[in-house]
Amino acid sequence: MEEIIKGLIQALHLIITLDPNVLEIAFLSLRVTGTALLFSALVGIPLGSWLGLKRFIGRRLIIAVLYTGMGFPPVVVGLLVFLMLSHSGPFGPLGWLFTPKAMVLAQVIISFPLVSGFTMASVMSVDPDLRRQLLSLGATDWQATLTILMEARVGVVVSLIAGFGSIISEVGAVMLVGGNIEGVTRVLTTAIVLETRKGNFALAMALGVILLALSFAANLAILHLQGELEG
Amino acid sequence: MSDPIYLLSDAVKVYSRREVLHIEELEVQRGELFCIVGPSGAGKSTLLRLLNFLEPPTSGEITFDGRLVNGAIPLEIRRRVTMVFQRPILLHATTHQNVVYGLKIRGEKDGDDRAGRAIEQVGLGEFAQVPARTLSGGEAQRVALARAMVLEPEVLLLDEPTANLDPYNIGLIERIITHLNRERGVTIVLVTHNVFQARRLAHRVALLLEGRVVEIADVEPFFNQPRDPRTAAFVRGEMIY
Repeated sequence: MEEIIKGLIQALHLIITLDPNVLEIAFLSLRVTGTALLFSALVGIPLGSWLGLKRFIGRRLIIAVLYTGMGFPPVVVGLLVFLMLSHSGPFGPLGWLFTPKAMVLAQVIISFPLVSGFTMASVMSVDPDLRRQLLSLGATDWQATLTILMEARVGVVVSLIAGFGSIISEVGAVMLVGGNIEGVTRVLTTAIVLETRKGNFALAMALGVILLALSFAANLAILHLQGELEG
Repeated sequence: MSDPIYLLSDAVKVYSRREVLHIEELEVQRGELFCIVGPSGAGKSTLLRLLNFLEPPTSGEITFDGRLVNGAIPLEIRRRVTMVFQRPILLHATTHQNVVYGLKIRGEKDGDDRAGRAIEQVGLGEFAQVPARTLSGGEAQRVALARAMVLEPEVLLLDEPTANLDPYNIGLIERIITHLNRERGVTIVLVTHNVFQARRLAHRVALLLEGRVVEIADVEPFFNQPRDPRTAAFVRGEMIY
């Protein structure tokens, strides 16, 4: 209990004094997760919309793969990305291993099935007759699709929340592919692991509080957006 | 003089190997109010979907304004026809945003003014900025009607637009339909299971049964001297299947 209280006090101190090390770690966490979420959205939202709107041979297989991806252990994703990016791996020459790029790649693989899956579910929950109605009003196929996506917007926002939640607090994959290098790939979760191992429970606790606060603030912002969208 | 805007010839629609519609020949005249009556499952809504180009016929031909329209329908043809569905499907948006939708996607610059006038016409002026999904069933159907009429279509297809509505809303919607047809010259195809409504509004009436046209006639002979015994039974309000 003492460590928790000390951690809270230290967290407040670090936040108030804008500790440069903590700020750097927090900003890197946000940068990596934000970039990964952006790419997940760019891939996942169109894919989820397509799966939600279209019926074609092989669709169920793709959905099954997507659902499997939603439950894929992050540490296994990290291992696979590690092997792909290692010197002997097919993408070794890129030189991404132990860089933020590798962390972003791992986080995209973890979060995009969630973004895609939730988007698909929200698009499928829109009244199936709406498309006919929109076409009847003179919409092109593309205009009808965009309108349906707008109708599913609350669910799409939820998909982003789920995607964000799955990667901001993730540690196994980023530890494997990032290597927790100070000033380069050290993010909040990997720093917490390191400080705990070193016995700096108060600092680890402080970083944990900051991580929670960041996650809470990001979700609050997304929920605010959701409220705006719901009108 | 005959001036058909639609001409259907041996138009067949098959779902899951079941023939649900087979129209040997059907004409809809430009400017008329044509009613299609029949029991549930007769194929009325399927016929409207074909007329709205939402689905192609499985076989046969549909001609619109002298042009065969069986394949891919050009957008400018599709936009000459619009439909009000039995169940109004409104967007998660205000009444105004719903009504202006069709104009916005056409890039019309005066959309807001026109939508405002259409909303007033259906008596929903005070609800223009209200979320459309909070409206009652009758009000929602009037939004759907305003959304269609604001587009000033040549053909308006109405799929049981007053089903399950109260007499006030039925009266209001029927007045709007009559106004659109008589004053603005909009060709209207109205599907209804309400024979009294067909008698009040239509120029011509067709009875559809099991996907086939049983009888087509002007409104007076259709109700007063039906040729087919099934039509006679239907207009008397008897159950026919």
